[in-house]
Amino acid sequence: MPRWREAALPLLLFALLGAAPWIGFGEGYVLSLLARAMILGIAALGLHLLVGGAGLVSLGHAALLGIGAYAVVVLDAARVTEAVWVVPASILGAALFALLTGAVAVRTSGVQFIMITLAFAQMAFFIAGSLSVYGGDDGYTLYGRTELFGRRWLEDRLVFHYLCLALLAGAWALVGMLLASRFGRVLRAARENALRVAALGFNPVPYRLLAYVIAGGMAGLAGALLANATEFVAPSYLAWQRSGDLLFMVILGGLGAPHGAVLGALAMVLLEEWLGHWTAHWRLIFGPLLILAVLFLKGGLAGLPAQLRGAGRG
Amino acid sequence: MADLPPARPGAGTPILALEGLRKRFGGLTVTDDVSLAVAPRGIHAVIGPNGAGKTTLIHQISGTLRPDAGRIRFAGREITHLPLHRRARLGLARSFQITAVLPGFSALENVALAVQAGAGSSFRFFRPAAGEARLNEPAMAALEQVGLAARAAVKAGALSHGEKRQLELAIALALRPKLLLLDEPLAGAGPEETERLIALLGRLKADYAILLVEHDMQAVFALADAVSVLVYGRLIASGAPAAIRADPAVRAAYLGEDA
Ligand SMILES: Nc1ncnc2c1ncn2[C@@H]1O[C@H](COP(=O)(O)OP(=O)(O)OP(=O)(O)O)[C@@H](O)[C@H]1O
Ligand SMILES: [Mg+2]
Repeated sequence: MPRWREAALPLLLFALLGAAPWIGFGEGYVLSLLARAMILGIAALGLHLLVGGAGLVSLGHAALLGIGAYAVVVLDAARVTEAVWVVPASILGAALFALLTGAVAVRTSGVQFIMITLAFAQMAFFIAGSLSVYGGDDGYTLYGRTELFGRRWLEDRLVFHYLCLALLAGAWALVGMLLASRFGRVLRAARENALRVAALGFNPVPYRLLAYVIAGGMAGLAGALLANATEFVAPSYLAWQRSGDLLFMVILGGLGAPHGAVLGALAMVLLEEWLGHWTAHWRLIFGPLLILAVLFLKGGLAGLPAQLRGAGRG
Repeated sequence: MADLPPARPGAGTPILALEGLRKRFGGLTVTDDVSLAVAPRGIHAVIGPNGAGKTTLIHQISGTLRPDAGRIRFAGREITHLPLHRRARLGLARSFQITAVLPGFSALENVALAVQAGAGSSFRFFRPAAGEARLNEPAMAALEQVGLAARAAVKAGALSHGEKRQLELAIALALRPKLLLLDEPLAGAGPEETERLIALLGRLKADYAILLVEHDMQAVFALADAVSVLVYGRLIASGAPAAIRADPAVRAAYLGEDA
């Protein structure tokens, strides 16, 4: 019973996203917003595995996303646009970067981990800016969207919408499965007390590293999708501000359950857009709103139903 | 065969042997040339005044601290330089003086994780661990052994202090260790809980080797098969409980007010 209850909200959320084009949200502009939220949601889900699962607060997650996007660029410049090559390149490229940097980073924790992930991400950011073949700081406009078996499926807005949704739901199921497994149990235990876990005979390092690599692969996939959504890639994809945004999505959404990351991504993207319409100084309002949300939403957006139920009873 | 070892607890090749262990914190010598052998069955108590270096000794044996000099042999192999998790894999289990259960995990899940440590690889990704009978059944048995089965579903953070101590024991037992290092398992437990824990330790010592650090002298002399006395990092006496009780140096240094 509790398992069904846990899945009810995220399944409702996915159903709503699936129905969106048919219930008045079918405009191109709205769909591209939703696609953007779902894509960032995939990256945020990977970050949830790290922050909510392993207790590793990364401030460099956008670098992994950016590497996924730049894999599309590199192949595009070489006139390779077939998804069969592009998508694995994005996932594996980001996962490889995660493996190499994570091998150092996951041996640390707390503030040190934040600083190391930030430092590696800044390195990747500056490298991306110096790649003049791919436009340097100005970025790179794709010749076209990625093809699947030679056909331009992704040009179709609805196809792209449902592709993003399917991958988002898959990422959500993957993270939930991992967290509940033996592997995830060791991760969660090491977050609560690393010494206790070592005293049981577990070395937390390989568990954390694998989680970091999986999260990297997910961010890489999101990067490939984001490059397709905008048909443009720039070093700003890797900027620390975007890493901060991803972290905010995860925390605002709630660390208690993976769908928090999805809620957080939707809330951030839509709120940002809405406030942006309203005033040019939207960041001035956005910041305090986030602070209030973190202060008053104990379990984040995902914990809101339980919090409301509790308030209703009390 | 002329010299078969006598078949009583406390006999046989030691499961744990410390040789000339030394540890300093700055100018303070906390472990001062400690040599000690622990038998493969029964309770070996380490007593000593506050700050004598008992916890520091446990830390060096379990692997959270490295000694400055000396050697540690466990189950026939040298472990002086092995990290904590490797020692645990060899069969060294410890409880912590300050309880270190996982507060967000249920009591059952705390123990199930310990079972998991000895039940094949933990790089398994598909099945929910909470539903694995292979982990839950031994975990439940360990909880029953310490009298905590009724509280299996409660979050460890919500257990009483004494219950957390019981849980620590269940976790250690679930590892099926060759040696249990217990750092003040009775500290902070109420009178009834203390009685229950003493009875439990009395039962366990038939099957396990236990190195017990404890301030409760009544418990120590009721349970121990051997007692070592640590004062200012030095082992001033080691032997059978009766001999320790009668030792004039021990009485002067430590037991004076009790004995
Ligand atoms: N990490 C440390 N750094 C410096 N000094 C320490 C450290 N840990 C312990 N000490 C000191 O070493 C001495 C021995 O401490 P230890 O905790 O081993 O004593 P203990 O016998 O377990 O005492 P108690 O009975 O109070 O638990 C104490 O004087 C303590 O202050
Ligand atoms: Mg102590």
